[in-house]
Amino acid sequence: MIEFTFWDIVRNLLLAARWTVLLSLAAFVGGGIVGMIVLFFRIAKNKWSRRIASGYIALFQGTPLLMQLFLMFFGLPMLGLRIEPWTAAVLGLTFFASAYLAEIWRSGVAALPLGQWDAGASLGLHYLQELRLIILPQAFSITRAPTVGFLVQLIKSTALTSIIGFEELVRTSNAINNATFEPFKVYGLVALIFFVMCFPLTQYARRLEKRMPAR
Amino acid sequence: MAFAWLPGALGDIAHGAATTILLIAVTTLAGTLLSILGAAGRRNGPVLLKRAIACYVEVMRNTPFLVQLFFIFFGLPSLGIRLDPILAAMLAMTLNMAAYTIEIVGAGLDAVPGGQTEAALALGLRPRLVFIKIVLPQALKVIYPALTSQIVIMMLESAVVSQIAVRELTYEADMLQARTFRSFETYFVVTLVYLVLSMALRRLLVSGGRRALGAGVS
Repeated sequence: MIEFTFWDIVRNLLLAARWTVLLSLAAFVGGGIVGMIVLFFRIAKNKWSRRIASGYIALFQGTPLLMQLFLMFFGLPMLGLRIEPWTAAVLGLTFFASAYLAEIWRSGVAALPLGQWDAGASLGLHYLQELRLIILPQAFSITRAPTVGFLVQLIKSTALTSIIGFEELVRTSNAINNATFEPFKVYGLVALIFFVMCFPLTQYARRLEKRMPAR
Repeated sequence: MAFAWLPGALGDIAHGAATTILLIAVTTLAGTLLSILGAAGRRNGPVLLKRAIACYVEVMRNTPFLVQLFFIFFGLPSLGIRLDPILAAMLAMTLNMAAYTIEIVGAGLDAVPGGQTEAALALGLRPRLVFIKIVLPQALKVIYPALTSQIVIMMLESAVVSQIAVRELTYEADMLQARTFRSFETYFVVTLVYLVLSMALRRLLVSGGRRALGAGVS
């Protein structure tokens, strides 16, 4: 049997944490891009496009992320795509994040006074210019705190990808625990690593919230 | 896509769903109670208690539920505390939910004007009675929508407790797909069950809240 010293455990966990960070970033960027598309549908003038986007958001907010990951992992091969845990994890988290981010940003758009749209139109801007130059910059800036808050949620959610076999922090810790039989220490360390990643972001979100002027 | 296995599996799925409902019912009651105590303690308790509650909230909110669950189920036995899977799941869910709802309940308590407490005290009510009869009902009314969302989120999060072999909906799905080799179809059906459960739970809570609190809950 291999002996694990305390530092072996820590080193292996930190190496695995790289994948947690990478997955979080990939899902946040991917979720942001897809979320923008959903947002366009969600605030469009067409009633049906708004309904489809609401349905999309409700679907992802009304089902467990674990199920979404399973459906990705087992569903994509049925379409003939070869899929690995990493792909399923990134895609699953991307769609999950897109629904939440679209809803957060929509709340920002909804919070703007309608006069902003009218003012844009009276300056002769067409719809896309209005969005790009007037509406979206303001909507993003007033929803910065919940966006950062969601990033924290996303980082924590990457733990679930261990269940579909993606080798990140939690899956590595399971393996280490099976070798060392020291669950208290191993899971305590994992919790600490997650805390170190998430706490600064939580504090940052809180600061943003405080700095927000009351409207 | 093939669903020939479905009729024979309905019993298992219903059984799993019942366990999920049990889990969330216990968690809702215990979690809300704990968060009322926590929020009250954080406002009126001794300094040490205040600090302990603040730490607890930060730790729970900044670590994944899955890790908390493993810590409780696999870690606590090394301290001599051995829990049944379902008890460990209930404990983990309650502790996790309370961390979020302490903040929510606290915000509700802050939203009740101080004059309410002063008026009640002036009428000669004991401080504890003031809290239970005057402040708390008004606070709950304000925060009820946020509480509802948190309960639904917790219900969805409970899928994770299948990992410590609690026989709830996801666990039954895992067993079914291992038997039928119809992974996608199984998880598809169970996802729909979750969707129905979450919509029904939200509707139940909203109509229940309207009746019990007279809250203008949307």
